Amino acid sequence: MKEPKVFDKIIEVKNVTKTFDDVTVIDDLNLSIRRGQFVTLLGPSGCGKTTLLRMIAGFTAPTKGNIFIEGQDVTDMPPYKRPVNTVFQKYALFPHLNVFKNVAFGLKLKKIYDGDKVDKKGKVTPVFRKLNKAEIEEKVNRALKLVGLDDYGYRDINSLSGGQQQRVAIARALVCEPKVLLLDEPLGALDLKMRKEMQIELKKMHRELGITFIFVTHDQEEALTMSDIVVVLNDGSIQQIGTPKQVYDEPANAFVADFIGESNVLSGTMLRDYCVSFLGAEVECEDKGFGKNEQVDLVIRPEDIHLFPIGSGKGQLSGKVLSAVFKGTYYEMEILASNYEFTVQSTVEAKPGTEVEMSVEPSGIHIMKKLRTINEFEGEIDGENSVWFCDGSFEVDTSLEKGTKVKVFVPFDGVELTDDEDDGVIGANVTHVLYKGTYYQVQVYTDTDEDFFVDTSDEWDLGDRVGIKLDKSKMRLEVVTEEESDA
Amino acid sequence: MPESSETKKTLKKKIVFKPSYFSFPYILLCAIFVVLPLILVFVYAFIDDKTGHFTFSNFAEVFTSANLILLLRTIGIALLTTLICLLIAYPTALILASSPFNKFVILALLFIIPMWMNFVLRVIALKELLTLIGVKNGLFASVIGMVYDFLPFMLLPIYTVLTDMDKSYSEAASDLGANGFKTFVKVTLPLSAKGIASGITMVFMPVFSAYAITDMLGNNNTTLIGKIINELFINSGTWGVGSAFSFVLLLLVFGTMILSNLVGKSPKAKGGAK
Repeated sequence: MKEPKVFDKIIEVKNVTKTFDDVTVIDDLNLSIRRGQFVTLLGPSGCGKTTLLRMIAGFTAPTKGNIFIEGQDVTDMPPYKRPVNTVFQKYALFPHLNVFKNVAFGLKLKKIYDGDKVDKKGKVTPVFRKLNKAEIEEKVNRALKLVGLDDYGYRDINSLSGGQQQRVAIARALVCEPKVLLLDEPLGALDLKMRKEMQIELKKMHRELGITFIFVTHDQEEALTMSDIVVVLNDGSIQQIGTPKQVYDEPANAFVADFIGESNVLSGTMLRDYCVSFLGAEVECEDKGFGKNEQVDLVIRPEDIHLFPIGSGKGQLSGKVLSAVFKGTYYEMEILASNYEFTVQSTVEAKPGTEVEMSVEPSGIHIMKKLRTINEFEGEIDGENSVWFCDGSFEVDTSLEKGTKVKVFVPFDGVELTDDEDDGVIGANVTHVLYKGTYYQVQVYTDTDEDFFVDTSDEWDLGDRVGIKLDKSKMRLEVVTEEESDA
Repeated sequence: MPESSETKKTLKKKIVFKPSYFSFPYILLCAIFVVLPLILVFVYAFIDDKTGHFTFSNFAEVFTSANLILLLRTIGIALLTTLICLLIAYPTALILASSPFNKFVILALLFIIPMWMNFVLRVIALKELLTLIGVKNGLFASVIGMVYDFLPFMLLPIYTVLTDMDKSYSEAASDLGANGFKTFVKVTLPLSAKGIASGITMVFMPVFSAYAITDMLGNNNTTLIGKIINELFINSGTWGVGSAFSFVLLLLVFGTMILSNLVGKSPKAKGGAK
């Protein structure tokens, strides 16, 4: 007999892409999940987290790529053959069955290993049998007990509260003894108090059962309190994988920093190793390895800012308190310094209207590479003083001949968004808005699958349809030579 | 001043119009054309056609052995038609409601459009068609005619239930280890019971009292109760026996309606799990 291989990576997602009607929901994603972990897929709605979970469960097939469970390729395996079970967002409990029959549903279909049969030639074939009534009853009762619904077996599903239905859904999935339990925003429909209780109970179940949990949520607090590993998703790709502490303390980029917890996200310049400049102040930090004068994003958590009276000389920045709100254990203040509105949390209140000095310890500043510093596109000169890219013809000052292939560089502040799509040269949708103190950094997505990063003083709403105009004085063209375009 | 405001109030009170007033025309219509005829049928059923006195003899004439055979035949044909409709409509509804076809509402519409045509015209056209392919008038032609005519009434409720059904139920079944067939038997079918029940009601009841189709497509062996009642009223003028017949029919149809309602209303689990 071969030793059964134990795979440390219980689930592996390899180069998976999923498109629905030409819209890419998951973009060449790779992820491996270790046995026994509580993994959370976290991201805003529409980031692809539920699609990823549904592909692991088998309800949707990836457009490209493969999914492995315990080293076995399950990409084309139907859901009923996979060793995973799902707790659905709206529970999907069968309304025509009572609690007991709902939980027993999977067990009645299950076949278990029942020894080996040896025929005359000495050939060994494993024998499978169905569970008998007594076994099913015992397992169902144990599962109901686990979720605290011992005496609810004969109750009608519709007579249960949301929290109780939730528990039945968990029992129904767990009773099948899956290797991985998939949970699709299971706590979304519960009220706050119930949600907190279920969070603790799920965590407890995870510890007791020792199986892998994959939990989908858009609630960052839920993700941080429950998980061993948090996978932050946006726009169909992974932004960061790490422990809750890692994604909170060391966000990989401005998106993660903004999405997880409250934070002040600013643009700055790395002057040299361990020294960053922002809003005119030079501040010590713990990061190195960036280029000299490289543009960076930096994050300062509200609780890492310390306040001192004006004139004490202890702070690196001074500002004016705009508001202060008592939040139970701390005060949350808005402080305006060099046109940036900082959010500060402190146990000491600074009265609105007063001037204060702010200081940050080197460990309180986290520096991240900018996702992008300039918009870059490939295009072609299509006429006198005009260039064609992203399905639009943009005006530009150039002496290049028609038909020349070029790279187009547009700085973030060289893009103008218009309310009316027709006022712009091309149309796009707003996909991401990040407040950077003095301005908004808006990300828009064109119909040709390209992203524009835009620095603007106006606030735009997610999903807005906008027009794009470019400032021709800020655009730069670079001729693409033949060898380059061949390569 | 207070006087004028008071008069205003009373004026206002007079023109208060409740939404329920809108139902009055319907209630009136219902009373004249539904309740009153029913009462008349009930009264005539107990009146002797010749003497005009109170009698039970009308019912005795209804329950003759010849009529009982006719009744059984009617029930048989109605059941057969309903069953064939169900067997055709359910898979069709399932296909129409499945995701690749559901986008084309026009497909479902194709099954409904024939209903917009005049009923008699349709049956005459069908008769010509059947003659053309060599099917003679009789039981077979009658059943084809009735299935063709009542299929949409079976299809629509089932199609509606299936399209409204949350896809997550069948996903959950599949997730718990049920293959396509078991998912259908254990989840989709029981959850669509309501649609099936109303489809059966919608087909069985009209077929039970129908006579026009069998009149045109049938022969002597396909005479249904509806035809007999028609003859009792129109040809022989025996209104009392006809009323008694109608009354018995009414009770039967009422009974089947209650029965199918019971089926449709109980998607909940019955009894325990043991």
